[in-house]
Amino acid sequence: MQLDDLYRRVIMDHYKSPRNSGTLDGGVTIEMNNPTCGDKISLQLEVVDGIVKNAKFVGDGCSISMSSASMMTVAVKGKTVDEVIALADQFSGLMKGEDVEFEYEDIDALSGVNKFPARIKCATLAWNAVRKGAIQSKHQQ
Amino acid sequence: MISPDIRKLFPILHQEVNGHPLVYLDSAATSQKPIQVIEAMKHYYECDNSNVHRGVHTLGSRATDAYEGAREKVANFIGAASAEQIVFTRGTTTAINLVALGYAMHVCKPGDEIVITPMEHHSNLIPWQQVAKRTGATLKYIPLQPDGNIALADVEATVTANTKIVACTYVSNVLGVRNPVKEIAKIAHKHGAKLVVDGAQSTPHLKVDVREIDCDFYALSGHKMCGPTGIGALYGKPELLAEMEPIEFGGEMIDFVELQDSTFKDAPWRFEGGTPIIAGAVGLGAAIDFLQEVGLDNIEAHEHKLTDYAIERLSTIDGITIYGPKKDRAGLVTFNLDDVHPHDVATVLDSKGIAVRAGHHCCQPLMKWLKASSTARASFYLYNTEEEIDRLVEGLIQTKEYFNYAIG
Repeated sequence: MQLDDLYRRVIMDHYKSPRNSGTLDGGVTIEMNNPTCGDKISLQLEVVDGIVKNAKFVGDGCSISMSSASMMTVAVKGKTVDEVIALADQFSGLMKGEDVEFEYEDIDALSGVNKFPARIKCATLAWNAVRKGAIQSKHQQ
Repeated sequence: MISPDIRKLFPILHQEVNGHPLVYLDSAATSQKPIQVIEAMKHYYECDNSNVHRGVHTLGSRATDAYEGAREKVANFIGAASAEQIVFTRGTTTAINLVALGYAMHVCKPGDEIVITPMEHHSNLIPWQQVAKRTGATLKYIPLQPDGNIALADVEATVTANTKIVACTYVSNVLGVRNPVKEIAKIAHKHGAKLVVDGAQSTPHLKVDVREIDCDFYALSGHKMCGPTGIGALYGKPELLAEMEPIEFGGEMIDFVELQDSTFKDAPWRFEGGTPIIAGAVGLGAAIDFLQEVGLDNIEAHEHKLTDYAIERLSTIDGITIYGPKKDRAGLVTFNLDDVHPHDVATVLDSKGIAVRAGHHCCQPLMKWLKASSTARASFYLYNTEEEIDRLVEGLIQTKEYFNYAIG
């Protein structure tokens, strides 16, 4: 068990300086928490014509959950809702140890989480939120 | 202090985790099991296994004797007058649900009050929320002092003539506070209310006497007191058990069954529908024998010394916050390190073979009161040593260094 496999520098950078932290006026809001550990996220998506124009989040949680949320917001901006759902699926694959590559390379740093089973739920929190938001905005169309 | 030789009786402690000797500091979540308990359950399955209260055959009698013998042991262990006041349950949660659904649901009416504290584990909180919602009773909270203790004046001020139930934990699983349950019982009774005590964190660690406390109900879990998971007990005063309604119906709990109606056995058996957790009860009985042999006074003194040592050593770490009173606390320390989330603390400690709990400890309202979304907790039992606390302190210092380096 190598801690450096988990806490890669790019992860700590997102944790220290989260991208897209904050709130939006309007848009789809998804609140999600992890009842077993108390991590929580409030994610807002601005979806125009089926495309995620903007994404912001506020949250409270560990380095893994918050860095994953930060990376997710960068990755989904400019993507269609279907592409966002596909990205969330791809992220689930990464957590299962599948060999996947992301257009936004920072996400690859989270591949080490797979070796720490207790932390997978931390990493997937934000992705579950964005999946829910994407599905919700599809129904609203 | 209890001799470290006692560790030889706990097979699980002798292993390496992530390349380091295991330091198990999560006994408040569940305790480890001594060989006597494991052997007793193995012996039961290898020699005596049968269903209880029915077979005419020899194994049936042996299984029944073992099961009912365990009930005697529980009664004796917590100072109950007789074994018939002990209902076997799945654990503390099921025991409290039985009181809530089988008793409180029938005595609470709109306008009545149920009084609890903000330090309750969810198992002694959600059942009361549900009773309040379903009966129209009000759920009230006794406020906490700044250090997490309960002041009797606040109990006096909260409990009224409308209070039907007061429910509180004996020992907090987060703050380590030991509540004055005996005095709380007096106040509750003065107003005609019943006191339900959550004994999940007290029964394993200190001498409990339900008659001295004079509580009306007392719930405990086997797995936190060196016993197996899946077994616990509810103590109730005989007149209250007689009034309480079963919440599970079926085999084992009946007397006569007709096509349209049935009669039930007396307490405690009327609350034990279905084949019970026989091997679990046998394991719990063996755990009680073990704890009595070690001596509850010795266990309490050992944990007291360890906790004082832990607080003294942990307090030397820069940027640590320790929650709860500094003195007279049960064997656990809940804390946070500045700038490192408790999950990250627990992961780094785990990489060094040290098991601590991180999260809200099933106490979300208490976490809000502490203004912490989550905390780390080290909890101790009779098998822990000062050397293990040294390993924890060393691990926490390394955690800080690691995160200072990683965050830069």
